[in-house]
Amino acid sequence: MIKVENLTKQFGNKRAVDGISFSVERGEVLGFLGPNGAGKSTTMRMITGYLPPTKGNITVGGYDIVEQPISAKKLIGYLPENAPAYTDMTVHGFLDFAAEIRGLRGDAKKSAINRVVDLCFLKSVLHQNVDTLSKGYRHRTCFAQSIIHDPDVLVLDEPTDGLDPNQKHEIRQLIRKMGEKKAIIFSTHILEEVDAVCSRAIIIDRGAIVANGTPAELRRKSEWAGAVTLRLNNVAENVVQQKLNQLRAAKRISTATNGNRVTVTVFPRTAGDGDLTREVIEATNGWQVEELRTEEGRLDEVFRTITMPDTKS
Amino acid sequence: MNPFGNIKTIAKRELRAYFASPVAYVFIVIFLLLNGFFTFMVGGFFERGEASLANSFFVWHPWFYLFLVPAVGMRLWADERRVGTLELLLTMPIAPWEAIVGKFIASWLFLGLALALTFPVVLTVNHLGSPDNGVIFAAYVGSWLMAGAYLAVSCITSAITRSQVVSFIISVVACLFLILAGFPPVINLLQNLTHNWQWLVDVVTSFSVITHFEGFQKGVLDSRDIIFFLSVIGFSLFATSVILRTHRTN
Repeated sequence: MIKVENLTKQFGNKRAVDGISFSVERGEVLGFLGPNGAGKSTTMRMITGYLPPTKGNITVGGYDIVEQPISAKKLIGYLPENAPAYTDMTVHGFLDFAAEIRGLRGDAKKSAINRVVDLCFLKSVLHQNVDTLSKGYRHRTCFAQSIIHDPDVLVLDEPTDGLDPNQKHEIRQLIRKMGEKKAIIFSTHILEEVDAVCSRAIIIDRGAIVANGTPAELRRKSEWAGAVTLRLNNVAENVVQQKLNQLRAAKRISTATNGNRVTVTVFPRTAGDGDLTREVIEATNGWQVEELRTEEGRLDEVFRTITMPDTKS
Repeated sequence: MNPFGNIKTIAKRELRAYFASPVAYVFIVIFLLLNGFFTFMVGGFFERGEASLANSFFVWHPWFYLFLVPAVGMRLWADERRVGTLELLLTMPIAPWEAIVGKFIASWLFLGLALALTFPVVLTVNHLGSPDNGVIFAAYVGSWLMAGAYLAVSCITSAITRSQVVSFIISVVACLFLILAGFPPVINLLQNLTHNWQWLVDVVTSFSVITHFEGFQKGVLDSRDIIFFLSVIGFSLFATSVILRTHRTN
């Protein structure tokens, strides 16, 4: 549904987006990750036709966003960053406007408004002015606007920003459910959201894609992937270090002592190596093991190492 | 969807927004008070003993509009940019010119409403004497066209900046130029300065709203005057679209 090829955006002599390509099909939810200023919002603004690209092509549902903007925009629902909404009208008035500009009239308009009011829990503020709403409600109002025409493509720029944990949960559920039938791109800073919602994630840094894969694939890039954490009782730290350091599949270990309890993490030589767990279990023979678990890998650590080259080892 | 439907939807939203805030009511009240005060107290409507509105009522309009129209137009685009709704508006399936025209028409209709509410003056003059209502009608048309020209200029200045105050000040200055270009003291000064280069004086005065409004006040619907106002509107709206596009490319 969305196809981005070699997309570049230049602001003066700053290159905000530098030749990125990807595509999103129906039924996919693509998480867009990256540090602040990485080019996430700029990319989304180009996909939705707000900013013209300096170079590259974007097609939405087969329509080029520059050549056939109106046909392409009809397919898109867009929640911009900070969820702007007309402050001088009521929630109902705003949704009515959004529905009309999407070509909905009469009963179709009425049922579309009712549908999004239910989905976004706006019933209690329907006749309140937008500028009197709390941030969470304003956000949901703008979100409601983006799905009012039941679009095939959804572009959401930080859809859960500023919401409380319950609201975040509701919006995530909604995105995941809609992702079954639509093509969705959403950006976020919150990594747990990627696991909760995305079928695929892209990490961008300084305008370029640095990682692209399913959340599980990305996690496997972490040095924590396949690492084994042990909690031992009544074993000396140096004994543990000596024995575990000899393991063939171990790259390095870290230990911490707390009273007579030692916590050890053994990192695998190759990420996600299943042999490590077996070797560690064999090595612990005779020790008093309180806990042993294999780590899945940590997204936040992957995120940090690939978006901050200074800390790369 | 057709362009007409889009323009109508946008104009409707804009008009609703005007009346949702006190701005619309404050504007209308001030406009009517000013009109009443200047027509009867300063313009000497009764002392003149004329069954006409030209010299007591319409003569003030270029000056009222100088301050009031930029106040109506300043929020048109500045506010959309400040609040961020511009991004919403321009990613909807409409052409940018439809949004520009829709917003302009809404404000112009609003100014037309304010102008129409001065009807008691017409009733008064009809009660006291027998004026030529055709002349009065022509002057109303001229006044509304002039308001449209000022408004279109305000559209440009509103698109330039995020700040409504800056937009207001720039557009007052720009509109002041449109007035002064035909103001007799300025014409005299220009004639002295240029040693009576009549062509230059003519060029400058041809930009004046006062020169073009005079015909309407006499009841003459001159196509050249109508074209002048419409072309100021057309040019300004085009300039607005260029400015909005430039913001997006840079």
